[in-house]
Amino acid sequence: MKKINIRFKVNGRQADLNIAPNKRLLDVLRDDLGLTGTKEGCDIGECGACTVVLNGRAVHSCLILAAQANGAEIITVEGLTQNGELHPLQKNFLEHGAVQCGFCIPGMLLSSYALLKENPHPREDDIKEAIAGNLCRCTGYKQIIQAVEAAANENNE
Amino acid sequence: MADSKIIKSKYFFEEDFTEELAEVSANKYADWNKKELKVVGKPVSRVDGYDKVSGSAVFTFDVILPNMAHAKTLRCPHPHAKIKRINTKKAEKIPGVLGILTYENAPKISWYGKSFLFDPHLRYEGDEVAFVAAENERIAEQALKLIEVDYEILPFVTDAAEAMKKDAPKLYDDGNIRGGKPSVYERGDIDKGFEEASAVAEQTYKTQVEIHNPTEPHCSVVNWDGDYLTIWDSTQGVFSVRDRVADVLKLPASRVRVIKKYMGGAFGAKLEAGKYTVMAALLARKIGRPVRIALDRREMNLSVGNRPDSVQKLKGGATKDGRLTALYQYSYGAAGAHPAGAGCSWALRTMYLCPNVKTEEYTVYINAGRARPFRAPGHVQGFFALEALIDELAEKIGMDPLEFRIKNHTDRDQVFDAPYTSKLLLDAYRVAAEAIGWKNRPQPAGSDAGPLKRGIGMSSQIWWGGGGPPAYATLKLNRDGSVRIIAGSQDIGTGTYTILAQVASEVLEIPMEKVEVLLGDTAVAPYCGSSGGSTTAPSVSPAVRDAAEQMKAKLLSGAAAHLNVSESQLVYRNGVIHTKGKNKKSMTIREIARKMGERVLVTTGKREANPDGYAINSFGVQFAEVEVDTETGKVSVKKIVAAYDIGRVLNPKTLENQIHGGIIQGLGFALFEERIIDRNTGKVLTTNLHDYKLPTVKDTPQIDIRIVSKGDSKISNTGVKGVGEPAMIPTPAAIGNAVYNAIGKRIKSLPITPDKVLTALQS
Repeated sequence: MKKINIRFKVNGRQADLNIAPNKRLLDVLRDDLGLTGTKEGCDIGECGACTVVLNGRAVHSCLILAAQANGAEIITVEGLTQNGELHPLQKNFLEHGAVQCGFCIPGMLLSSYALLKENPHPREDDIKEAIAGNLCRCTGYKQIIQAVEAAANENNE
Repeated sequence: MADSKIIKSKYFFEEDFTEELAEVSANKYADWNKKELKVVGKPVSRVDGYDKVSGSAVFTFDVILPNMAHAKTLRCPHPHAKIKRINTKKAEKIPGVLGILTYENAPKISWYGKSFLFDPHLRYEGDEVAFVAAENERIAEQALKLIEVDYEILPFVTDAAEAMKKDAPKLYDDGNIRGGKPSVYERGDIDKGFEEASAVAEQTYKTQVEIHNPTEPHCSVVNWDGDYLTIWDSTQGVFSVRDRVADVLKLPASRVRVIKKYMGGAFGAKLEAGKYTVMAALLARKIGRPVRIALDRREMNLSVGNRPDSVQKLKGGATKDGRLTALYQYSYGAAGAHPAGAGCSWALRTMYLCPNVKTEEYTVYINAGRARPFRAPGHVQGFFALEALIDELAEKIGMDPLEFRIKNHTDRDQVFDAPYTSKLLLDAYRVAAEAIGWKNRPQPAGSDAGPLKRGIGMSSQIWWGGGGPPAYATLKLNRDGSVRIIAGSQDIGTGTYTILAQVASEVLEIPMEKVEVLLGDTAVAPYCGSSGGSTTAPSVSPAVRDAAEQMKAKLLSGAAAHLNVSESQLVYRNGVIHTKGKNKKSMTIREIARKMGERVLVTTGKREANPDGYAINSFGVQFAEVEVDTETGKVSVKKIVAAYDIGRVLNPKTLENQIHGGIIQGLGFALFEERIIDRNTGKVLTTNLHDYKLPTVKDTPQIDIRIVSKGDSKISNTGVKGVGEPAMIPTPAAIGNAVYNAIGKRIKSLPITPDKVLTALQS
C-alpha cells in the first residue's frame, strides 16, 4: 500500500507524517505519535474512550481515517495540561472523585472540553448529552457531572 | 513486638472458601477512634488521580516495548466443531507475519481440566483456533483470514434447560451436568416447615447472562530476557497469573515476573491467567521478540467470562405472624463450555432466619463462552429471586415487606452456626426506609394513577468481604523521611493505592505526599491475594497498619538510642519524636533515617488472623424508586437509597465511587444488559457495545448513601469490610420489587425491558 503524507496540529505542535492511508486517526495518535492517553475500547464508536477534539468538535478517533484529519487541529488529553498546570476540567475530575479505573477519563475530558468551548454555561442536561456517548463501567456518572459543572463555574468566574 | 505465627487461614473469596497457610501478625493495636483520625476516613483525593486525568497513566494496554510484535487470535466461528485440518502456509507467507501457533505445533498444555490451551475440539463460538504474531495488528488480522480451517460441524446446545435433557448434544463424554449431579444444601426439614406455613409462595425467576465488559480490553505484553519472562498484564491477580504461567511453561516461579500498575476495570473477568497470555509467551520465545496481545470488544463478549444465567424455582412458607418456616430453591445455570460456577443459593441460605432450608443447584455445560466470577457471583442473581419471593410472601400474609424482613432478621449465621462479628442491618433498614419515604409508597401495588406510575421497592444484602490472611505489606523508610509501601495486591481502579497510603500516613503521622505505594509486581512485592471478593481493603489495610506501627516502634527505638533516653520518656507526634517534660529534645523521622547511614529501615506487616468462632459478613439494603411509563413500558430509576454496614470507611470518596458504580452496574443488569444467543445458529448476537447495552449517564438515578457502621474491631486492626460487591447485590432486586409496586404486575425475568412490561400490563 502506497504511503501518503499528511500533516496536522496536535496539541499545538505540527505533525508531519508519512503513513499508510488505511490508518485510523487513533492509530496514528497512539502508535506513530506515542500519545497513548487516547484509549481504544470498542473500535466502533460506541464507548467514547478514543474521543479527541478535532477542529473544536469531539470526535471518535477510531472512526476517522488519519488522512481525513489532514490540516486539522487536534487536542488530546495530553494537550489539556498547559505548562504543567492541569486544566480546570482535569483538576475538578480529580477533586470530585470522578475517576476510578481511569480508562474512560481521557474521552470524558475531551467530550466535556468540547462542550465547554461551545457552551460555557451548560445545564445538567447539556452535560449529560455531551458525555452520553462516553461509557464508564466503574465510576458511575454523578461525580463526572459535578466535575464538569465545577469546571464551568471556574471558567466563568 | 513483631510477633507472628503461622495458621491455617480460611475465608470466602468470590465463589468458594480459600484455605492456605498464612503467617499472621499477633500484634495488638488500639482500636481507632473515628473522631481522632486525621487521614483515615477522610475524603482524600486519589493519589493516582493526576496520572489518570493527565493521560500519563500507563495501562497495560499502553505498554510499548522496543521491537514489539502484535498478536491476534483466530477464533472458532461455530458453536461446536472439531478441526479436521488446518493449514497456515498461506498466512505464514504474508510479509510481516512472524509466527503462528495452532494445536499442531503448540505444546499440549492442559487447560480447564478436560481441555487444552489449543484443543481441536472447539466447544463454543470464540474458542481459540490459532494465534498469530506479526509486525502489527493489521497484518496479524490479514493472516487470520488466510488460515484455512476445515471444520467438522457438530450439533450444539446453547440453553441450559435443553442441555440438561438426556438426548442433548454432549460437550463432554460424561454429560453436560457439571459433576453429574446437583450441589445440595439442607438444614432442618422443609416438608415439616411447609406444613407449619399458613402461606406458601412458589415462583420461577430467571436472570440473564451478563458480560463484564470492562473498558480496558484484556491485554498482556510479554518479554523474554533469556529464560526470564516478564508479563505486563491487565489482571486482578499478579501472583495468580505468575503461578499459572510458571506452571504451564514449567518455569520456576522466580523466573516469571508479572506487573500491573493501572487497569481499566475487570469486575471478576481478569482473575486468572488468560490463554492469550500463555500463547503470547510461547510465541514471544519462538520469535525472540516481545509480543503484545489485546483482545477486541467482540472477543471480550465471546470468550473471557460472563455472569452465568439462572433459572430459579423458589418456594417459601411463612406463618400468619410473619415467621419464615421453609425455603426451597431448585436452580440451574449455564457454566458455558468449560468448568465454572453457576450457583446462586447463598442468598437464600443465609439472608433470613429460617430453620428449614433446602437448595439444589445444577451447573450445566452449554456451547457458549465460559462463566467467570462477576461482581458478587451468585448473589446478584440469587437476591433478585429471593427478594421477589419475600415480597410475594409478605403480600400473601398481608404484612409490610420491610416489617416481614425485620421479623426474620438473624444475628447468627445459620449455615456455620456462628454469630456475626457485627450486623447493623436493622439500623440500615431504618435510615434507608426513612430516606426513601417507604411509608408513602403506593399501596396497594399499582395504585398510582399513571400513565407514569411510581413505585418503591427494596432488597436486603449480605456478602462475605471480610478478607483475611495471608496478606503482607513491606514498609521502607527512605533517608528523606518518606516511606514506601510495597504490597503484592493490585489497584483495579477501586482506590487501593490511596487507602493504603492513608493508613500509613495516619499511623506515622506524616503527610500523604510522603507515602508512596507500589503494588502489582511479583518481583518486588510480598504476597497478597487477588483483588476480588471485596477482600482487598479488609485484607491488605491491616497489614499496612501492622507494618507502619512496627516502623513507629523502630523509630522510637532509634530516637531513644540517639537521644540517650529510655523509650518510655519519648512521645511520637506528627512525625517528630521528642522527650517528655521540660528541656525537650526531639528528632524528626528524617533525622533518624539519616543517622542510620545506608541502613534502610524496613518492616513487614501481616494481616492478623480472623477471629475464631465468628462469621464475617457485610450487610446492607437498597430502596429503589422507579417510574414506569405504562404506555411505552420503559422503566426509569429515579432514586436509590443505599445503607450499609461495611465496617470502617477508609475513604468516603472512593466509597462513594464504589457504591455508585455498583448501583449503575446493578441498574444495567436490571434493565438493559443481556448476552443474546441465536438459538438457531448458536451464535452470539450481542458482541459489541451497540448491541450489548451498557447504562449511560442518562440512566443514572439520584443516589443517597448512608453508612451505619463505624468499624468492626473484631475483624482486624482497621475494622474494614469490603464494599465493591455489596454495592451491586441488592440493586436489581430492589428495582424489580419497585416495578411491581408501580404496576402491580411482577416481571419475573431480567432484564426488565419495555416488551416485558407491556406484556405484563396487558396480562
